[in-house]
Amino acid sequence: MKITDELIDYIGELARLELSGAEREARKKDLTEILDYMDKLNELDTAGLPEMTHPFDASNRFREDVVLNGDRRQEMLGNAPDRKGDFFKVFKTVE
Amino acid sequence: MELGEIRQFTALELGRLIKGRKISSPEATRLYIDAVRAEDGETHAYVSVFEEDAMARAEAVQKRLDAGELAERPLAGVPAAVKDAICVKDKKTTAASRMLEHFAPPYDAHVIERMAAAGAVILGKTNLDEFAMGGSTETSCFGPTRNPWDPERTPGGSSGGSAAAVAAGLAPYAIGSDTGGSIRQPCSFCNLTGVKPTYGSVSRYGLMAYASSLDQIGTMARDARDCAETLSMISGYDLRDSTSVMEKPFDFSGIFTEAGGEKPLQGLRVALPGNYFRMGISGEVKDIVLKAAGGLADLGAEAEEIDLPYIEYAVPAYYIIACAEASSNLSRYDGVKYGYRSENASDMTGIFYKSRSEGFGAEVKRRIMLGAFVLSSGYFDAYYKKALQVRGLIKGAFDAALKKYDLILSPVSPTPAYRIGQQIADPLAMYMADIYTVSLNLSGLPGVALPCGFDGEGLPVGMQFIGKAFSEGVLLHAADIWQQATGYHKSRPGRRGGAGRGAGK
Repeated sequence: MKITDELIDYIGELARLELSGAEREARKKDLTEILDYMDKLNELDTAGLPEMTHPFDASNRFREDVVLNGDRRQEMLGNAPDRKGDFFKVFKTVE
Repeated sequence: MELGEIRQFTALELGRLIKGRKISSPEATRLYIDAVRAEDGETHAYVSVFEEDAMARAEAVQKRLDAGELAERPLAGVPAAVKDAICVKDKKTTAASRMLEHFAPPYDAHVIERMAAAGAVILGKTNLDEFAMGGSTETSCFGPTRNPWDPERTPGGSSGGSAAAVAAGLAPYAIGSDTGGSIRQPCSFCNLTGVKPTYGSVSRYGLMAYASSLDQIGTMARDARDCAETLSMISGYDLRDSTSVMEKPFDFSGIFTEAGGEKPLQGLRVALPGNYFRMGISGEVKDIVLKAAGGLADLGAEAEEIDLPYIEYAVPAYYIIACAEASSNLSRYDGVKYGYRSENASDMTGIFYKSRSEGFGAEVKRRIMLGAFVLSSGYFDAYYKKALQVRGLIKGAFDAALKKYDLILSPVSPTPAYRIGQQIADPLAMYMADIYTVSLNLSGLPGVALPCGFDGEGLPVGMQFIGKAFSEGVLLHAADIWQQATGYHKSRPGRRGGAGRGAGK
């Protein structure tokens, strides 16, 4: 699987990452190599086999939707890179 | 008793000394903190030390011990180190990433709560590969940790700081996490015993998410008994992790006895996957692990060679699934709610792109991009879906073998600890070195890594016991019998600069 210029830009967009020139070339090269290696899985015929997303058959354990924590607004905002009063502060997103 | 001798004891031995009033918890804690301050400069096992909090906790625990409390908690008052991917309230928890360099979580992880209830004293946080992505601690934004057995070499990873701390005598035991071998491989590189528990047995609440269907917290220590005690301390049900499946913590009471007779492992059915030893494994590691198989047979185990299929597909399937989950999990780092925000952005989209591009290191970016690609429209079926199907085949092969055998004996890593800088430039070679460990994360099964010899240069070599889900007791019992019969786990690195490596028996 060759990672082309077009593809690396698309992946960067999906990942919300922008790559410098050198980084972009390095990722094109090593992603191509890694994906070529991953193609080894095609040696196996897996048609019709189930997809195992989780180690065990056990389903998720659900609990009652009861509030267990109190108002922790200030703690949650404590790690904000920027805030204004009780809000996370970001650039204006609507015109 | 020399105070310095304390650092040679196991966690349980130290716990008994504290209970027996031979040393107090504050004395032991002070000894370790002073040792970290004096000796960790070169090793760099720790990224933060909680001097004040550790001393305050030790004093408080000592008061409770003096009042007769915590009598049933063998590790009360004993210090410990915790991997810096696990949240400790109001303490920096960085995942060794610039992204979280100043992050202090407003809550404790479940395992931290359980440690507090048991009277454990946390000395500080240990180094790791950034977001636990790596096998050498070299991807840490704080720089690499060095292996106490040879400072030119890596301690392994990603829980390399935890392993180095215990190996260097800078903590009696440590908590790590294992997504593809991150507890077992560093234990193998540093001559320690470690457990990657069955998926679902230890709550992941408060563990920085890397790949949620593979991540599991576990323990790293000097022997099987310490691992058992620490594992029973941190395991059990937690309603905040919906994959937490154990009603009660592990109870290993009664499984450890003095090895009786000449054949204490009589009746234990051991499978030796012959094909594991016919691939890219170092000759010395192969010989040492095969010799250990003979050793288990001498102790009464019935060892048989089998073929365990699909091993050559484990690494590609693992990296597709782990990266896919990582790309999803790490999408939360957007520069808005917590973590690093770039100074160079001029609009909202710029905050996302620039914060992530400046905040993540190269290996993390590589895995996020791989994950985004294998999940993308047009490639999803060929990579992600295919890998999930192969995951089922791998699990099926292990389940079939474990119907006939109690334990599968495998190498941990194809080589002993390698030199810092040797593999970091070749990601594919790094990934392929995980060949013996990733299958257990894909299948959810438990694994115990433990010492079984030294190579020609005196570097430790580990082996791995693999068992059925929730059979940790069987694996740890066998490990304990092995450790009663052999002395490998008792060897300590020579102090200072690797001189006299392995001589400190």
